[in-house]
Amino acid sequence: MMQAKRPTPSSQMYDLGPIDQIPLGEGRQFQIGHTSVAVFRARDGRVFAAQAQCPHRGGPLADGIIGGGQLHCPLHGYKFELDTGKPIGAECNALKTFPVTVTDKCQIQIELQRPER
Amino acid sequence: MKKQKLVVVGNGMAGARLVEEVLEKGGGDRFDISMFGEEPHGNYNRILLSGVLSGTHGQDDIYINPLEWYENNDVTLHAGVRAIGIDRKAKTVYAAGGHLVPYDKLVVATGSVPFMPPIDGLSAEDGSLRNGVFGFRTLDDCAQMIDYAAGARNVVVIGGGLLGLEAARGLLSRGLNVHVVHLEAYLMETQLDSQAGELLKDALDDMGVVFHLEKLTTSILGDDRVTGIKFKDGSEIDCDMVVVSAGIRPNVDIARISGLNVRRGILVNDSLSCRNDPDVFAIGECAEHRGVVYGLVAPLWEQVSVLADRLTGRNPGARYHGSRVSTKLKVMGVELAVAGVKEPEEDRDEVVTYIEPSRNIYKKLIVRDGHIIGAIVLGDGSSAPRLLQAFDRNETLPDTRAEILFSLDSQPTAMDVSSLPDSAQICNCNGVAKSQIIAAVNGGARSLKAVCDATRAGTGCGSCKPLIQTTLEFAADGLIADDPAAHYFVPGVQMAKPELVEAIRSLELKSVSSVFDALAGGQEDASSKAGLASLLKTLWGSEYEDERDARFINDRVHANIQRDGTFSVAPRIYGGITTPAQLRRIADVAEKYDARMVKITGGQRLDILGIPKEHLPDVWKELDMPSGHAYAKAFRTCKTCVGSDFCRFGLGDSAKLGIDIEKRFQGVEMPHKVKMAVSGCPRNCAEATVKDVGLVAIEGGKWEMYVGGAAGANVRKGDVLCVVDSPTDAIKYMSRFLQYYRENAKHMERTYGFVERIGVERLREILMDDAEGQNDRLDAEMQASVEAYSDPWQEGANPVHGNQFVNTPTAVAG
Repeated sequence: MMQAKRPTPSSQMYDLGPIDQIPLGEGRQFQIGHTSVAVFRARDGRVFAAQAQCPHRGGPLADGIIGGGQLHCPLHGYKFELDTGKPIGAECNALKTFPVTVTDKCQIQIELQRPER
Repeated sequence: MKKQKLVVVGNGMAGARLVEEVLEKGGGDRFDISMFGEEPHGNYNRILLSGVLSGTHGQDDIYINPLEWYENNDVTLHAGVRAIGIDRKAKTVYAAGGHLVPYDKLVVATGSVPFMPPIDGLSAEDGSLRNGVFGFRTLDDCAQMIDYAAGARNVVVIGGGLLGLEAARGLLSRGLNVHVVHLEAYLMETQLDSQAGELLKDALDDMGVVFHLEKLTTSILGDDRVTGIKFKDGSEIDCDMVVVSAGIRPNVDIARISGLNVRRGILVNDSLSCRNDPDVFAIGECAEHRGVVYGLVAPLWEQVSVLADRLTGRNPGARYHGSRVSTKLKVMGVELAVAGVKEPEEDRDEVVTYIEPSRNIYKKLIVRDGHIIGAIVLGDGSSAPRLLQAFDRNETLPDTRAEILFSLDSQPTAMDVSSLPDSAQICNCNGVAKSQIIAAVNGGARSLKAVCDATRAGTGCGSCKPLIQTTLEFAADGLIADDPAAHYFVPGVQMAKPELVEAIRSLELKSVSSVFDALAGGQEDASSKAGLASLLKTLWGSEYEDERDARFINDRVHANIQRDGTFSVAPRIYGGITTPAQLRRIADVAEKYDARMVKITGGQRLDILGIPKEHLPDVWKELDMPSGHAYAKAFRTCKTCVGSDFCRFGLGDSAKLGIDIEKRFQGVEMPHKVKMAVSGCPRNCAEATVKDVGLVAIEGGKWEMYVGGAAGANVRKGDVLCVVDSPTDAIKYMSRFLQYYRENAKHMERTYGFVERIGVERLREILMDDAEGQNDRLDAEMQASVEAYSDPWQEGANPVHGNQFVNTPTAVAG
């Protein structure tokens, strides 16, 4: 597992709790202030985070199927690369992704831009 | 790992395509690749040479891989360099100009050379063709012909086969007077019978080509310039240009010199390696496999796919078993489809013909035991795709042969795509137009899957796939790849269903992740998970090791996801018969949880819509009814009419039988959803004839059983599988049919496709007469699945993991 990175000045780290709350190979949605984030725990141990709603029709991406580095939206099967958020195949906007790590104590840490005040 | 050296001799359609596939399948990490191409070009589509000759395509339009492609992909191409020998002991290829290139694996893909018949005055003194005489094989041949034709008036094409006629068309469109000389009594005798050959000639006569049949050319006349040709019977034709297109021969010179086993072509076994050298392979028109040398592009691509699988290690056991050859051509604008044999071979073979001389239409089928073994369709493009599909898949024909000969049904495959406007919407789910599909094909998508991936066409309900396929064939001009993935059960594991089932059983793979580990090199594939989960559950029953992430969301939370991310809850209402108490509970729950809608469904139950995931367990608990599986690839419902207890027409107790059916099959997983119905009399109020399995009571205490019906994206009346005497027998044969469907259908194949693919006669043989000797086992397997039923909604009280019904575990202050 990767070491948590030091946040840049305009961003902030958030602790989302233990990785165990996401079943292996699935995703769950987290609410951080006004931002909804889907966090995925791949079977190979990697963790990914992306915007929670599909850019196509707003499908709940945390309910999607993941595998082989891809995420498939549950509503219409649009496909995205988990690490970059890029759409695969058909034209669709890319997902916003977020740096996310799991700490030595098995806690999920995500880095978000600070909200503008 | 040190890279091996892969050398390919031949840069034509087979050689270049092989290198493309080897790279696509990850072979770039394993091999340094170099190629020899005798022509000084990149790789081009030889099929389109006739388009270049007739001026519909520019020379630059037909390149598949221009020279930059080789550079960009680190492939060393010796363009314009002829390989002349192979030292197989030293594993080195010798080429003109002193090149010596060592190899670890060598592929010979040298294609064919034109056959030059013995004709006086054909060649110049140096052995090359004399001025004014041309072969028709390469891009350079084409360019020279075009130059020369500009100053010529009368051309004779020697050879009335496919290539000769293509050359004739090209030169006709360049304004020349065209004569075609043919040795045989009719045209294209390799592909056609005499009647079709004569009709084709009639059609081409009208275009202005002058034919000279049964003529043997003995000499070309003229000293400096060509002035005519002379036949054996002494007659002559005046001309100033001659094109020789008298057939092709496998180009096996280098193989012969190098001591490889050669008969007509280079002899290869099922691994496509040469009989006497396992490190040398041969593919395409120069190879001879099981006594056959193929001259069409489709078999070549099947060979390429197998060899690329072997070389890259993607599937080291891949084997080539030969190809069923069928093709669609346009001969000077006349549509022609041919498949298999052209004449009957045995007494039992049945020949069906239809001839319409005024429109030059000819159709001929050669049928053996209900299957097409040969077909010729001339002048009618609309029925050809369906026919070729039936041939390719070895389908059982309908008893009324006319059904397949005339595309009487309204199947979209029968539509003539060429007549549709570019703006026509092909995929009605995703709004994809014909022009977008054509653009994708021109952009390199050459298989159904590639087109669907590129455009999203066909990814909704899927019913337009036949039409997409036809559009693809129309746009690709013969360059269709038979996508091997189309035969895989799931895209991420390269095995058809029988192979996959065998591997899963023998290796005892009981979880989805273990299948990826053992059969896909550890590579997980999101598109394959749900299909594998369903298959494993069917194969292992209670021994299946369930991994929830392999399930689609509906199957993780046992409800149907809606467009706003909430879920619908449809409790099971057996046979569509409810009680006041049930209705009261449903009403109470709908009010308490603020359902957005309560809907009477087409399957005769009540659907409560707009329930958030986290409320599902409470909703189920308060309903106190089992799941209706309205979300699953499983048995859904059994629709009924009120039946003989109430209806004055009722012949059978459809309501009771419907309830029994639902109680038996509830929760049984299927390759796709399965809907049933029972009607108590032939008035068929429950619409049983358009269900996956339907029963209709008839007079005399009997029941008709229909299978393979549909009334959704596709509409199909079911086939009568059997007529039974009792509800017990109805359930027995229904169970057997469903188990056979579970074991043999592809993932997401509805029964209407499955029944059509297998054929109802064959199903009867298997399920009624036990033709495969496995009915006892089928019955036992289904019984075990029935007994393994548990209501998934019980998970509401006992979730498999704490967060099963939680959408947003935690909120963090921002």
